[in-house]
Amino acid sequence: MSAPAPSLFTPAAKATAEKLGLKMGRANLEEFAATLEELAKANPNIVAVTSDSRGSGKLAPFGKALPGQIVEVGIAEQNLVGITAGLAACGKKSFGVSPSCFLTARSLEQIKNDVCYSDVPAVLVGISSGTSYGALGTTHHSLHDLAVLRAINNLTIIVPADNFESRQAILAAAKATKPVFVRFGKAAMYGLHKPDTKFEAGKAITLREGDDVAFIANGETVIHAVLAAAHLAERGIQARVLSVHTVKPLDTEAVLNAGRECRAVITVEEHMVHGGLGEAVASALLHAGVCKPFRIVGIPDEETVPGAQADIFRHYGITMEGLSDTATKLLNK
Amino acid sequence: MTDHELQLKSFALRRAMLNLIVGAGAGHTGGGLSCMDILNVLYNRILNVSPQTFGDPHRDRYVQSKGHCVEALYAVLADRGFFPASDLATVCHYQSHYVGHPTRHIPGVEMNTGALGHGLPICIGMALAAKMDAASYRVFTLLGDGELAEGSNWEAGLAAAHYRLDNLAAILDHNTLQISGHTRDVMSNEPLDEKWRAFGWEVRSINGHDYAELTEALTAPSESGKPVFIIANTVKGKGVSFMENVAKWHHGVPSDAELKQALAELDASEAALKEAK
Ligand SMILES: Cc1ncc(C[n+]2csc(CCOP(=O)(O)OP(=O)(O)O)c2C)c(N)n1
Repeated sequence: MSAPAPSLFTPAAKATAEKLGLKMGRANLEEFAATLEELAKANPNIVAVTSDSRGSGKLAPFGKALPGQIVEVGIAEQNLVGITAGLAACGKKSFGVSPSCFLTARSLEQIKNDVCYSDVPAVLVGISSGTSYGALGTTHHSLHDLAVLRAINNLTIIVPADNFESRQAILAAAKATKPVFVRFGKAAMYGLHKPDTKFEAGKAITLREGDDVAFIANGETVIHAVLAAAHLAERGIQARVLSVHTVKPLDTEAVLNAGRECRAVITVEEHMVHGGLGEAVASALLHAGVCKPFRIVGIPDEETVPGAQADIFRHYGITMEGLSDTATKLLNK
Repeated sequence: MTDHELQLKSFALRRAMLNLIVGAGAGHTGGGLSCMDILNVLYNRILNVSPQTFGDPHRDRYVQSKGHCVEALYAVLADRGFFPASDLATVCHYQSHYVGHPTRHIPGVEMNTGALGHGLPICIGMALAAKMDAASYRVFTLLGDGELAEGSNWEAGLAAAHYRLDNLAAILDHNTLQISGHTRDVMSNEPLDEKWRAFGWEVRSINGHDYAELTEALTAPSESGKPVFIIANTVKGKGVSFMENVAKWHHGVPSDAELKQALAELDASEAALKEAK
């Protein structure tokens, strides 16, 4: 057993979450697996494909309950995506499940050709994404996945922030008639949404209104933007927080509204600062002539600092404190 | 159709392929000629697909892994009536969906291929889907021998045997040449029969230009639940004397004079075969 991972949240962050009434949920990955199993029980056409990733994907119970609906391909990610595509082409609703680091690098060509270009309704699930594998190092990080996938035509890319978004993303992917990629991390996540929230792929969710600074975030960083917004409010700064769970197609309208109505824009993501959400937002703003003070917070273009996900987030300022600080400095410039 | 009639058809298909390559100004001439007899037998004798039933979920599936030889596939699909033969004049032209590799925009094409090493994994997914649905359709792919250097084929080789996909047949267009020359010089891969047998496949070695052998190999059910690997020994450039076994014809486009000579040779061989009947 490895040592328990350090918490993503400082005592101050935890206190803020408590003040906001946020409840800690489970890992998005677990929510994904439970949702997929539930759907697959009702729909025998759903098939999960794994590459010795059943355990990491939390799909062991799925495999036990539905042995006829899971295909193991061994440690062969190219084969995983090809098989997932072939299943989808023959009428199966297939979910190819593999660590995002391998899935989107080793088998990128299969994603591009077999799934996206061939236009089959397969779902690709990148598990333990971003820096979820923390101290295992760069081989196991997927900080490139959104950049490479954004450059491929015909793929919806979803990065859920909490259990609600994770469940909704899988429900949407199961219904999709086009290729979808969804990415899930391993850390337990606070719930961010009210029960009546509407989820639609391609539509950002506004978690907090404000017009001083906009945090445009996705995935496991969104909670930190929410906490930072609360922290900033105590200092009289009103931050808007958008969860842009769908990186592609981007909700340009929500992004432009944020850019027009706020004095500054900060994007936050668990991804290399190149090619991810930040640059997608920058491009949307610039094309529309919206030029506000702007920062992309993510993992910089350097060999990622060794450490657990929490260490990495802290190192690069993806924390309540770090984001508050970035916002204050940007507004005071 | 008798073997003789099918063989006669092969001349028309080869001529159509050469003409469309010249019209396109690009194409894979040698490998198209080497696999033409395989495609001819597949589409006119083996696969239960037709333009009318192409949407049927129970149709047999054919995925051309060596997608670069799309010109041979286009000629066969046009002949089978999947689209008008006049479409072939647009291959590789601006805004024509008839690009230089197979895409699902074209009636009769199952998957978009062209990057080598993709067809076999896709076919495993298809064959697994058939098993899950207890459907009786079969799944076929066509590989090049140079293509076998792609590791994904060997990943797929393990998986097909592991899942005992007796509804899957991989056909190897074993013409022993690839772009840069002989496969044995570029990256040797023999003995292929022993390798695929060791991977758990049933291996059949045949003459890939012999209609009876092709038919038998493509029809006979697999023994003992294994996937079938058909080593079709072929001649790259088959049917045109100056193209046969010459590596540069991999993607050589005939000049007007070369086309004329090639068509004349095919005409003459066709006439001789008619006589032979
Ligand atoms: C992944 C990939 N790498 C390289 C190519 C370029 N390419 C096209 S055909 C070819 C040679 C193929 O040789 P072989 O498989 O023996 O086919 P054949 O001789 O039957 O035409 C190459 C290298 C490709 N299409 N895909």
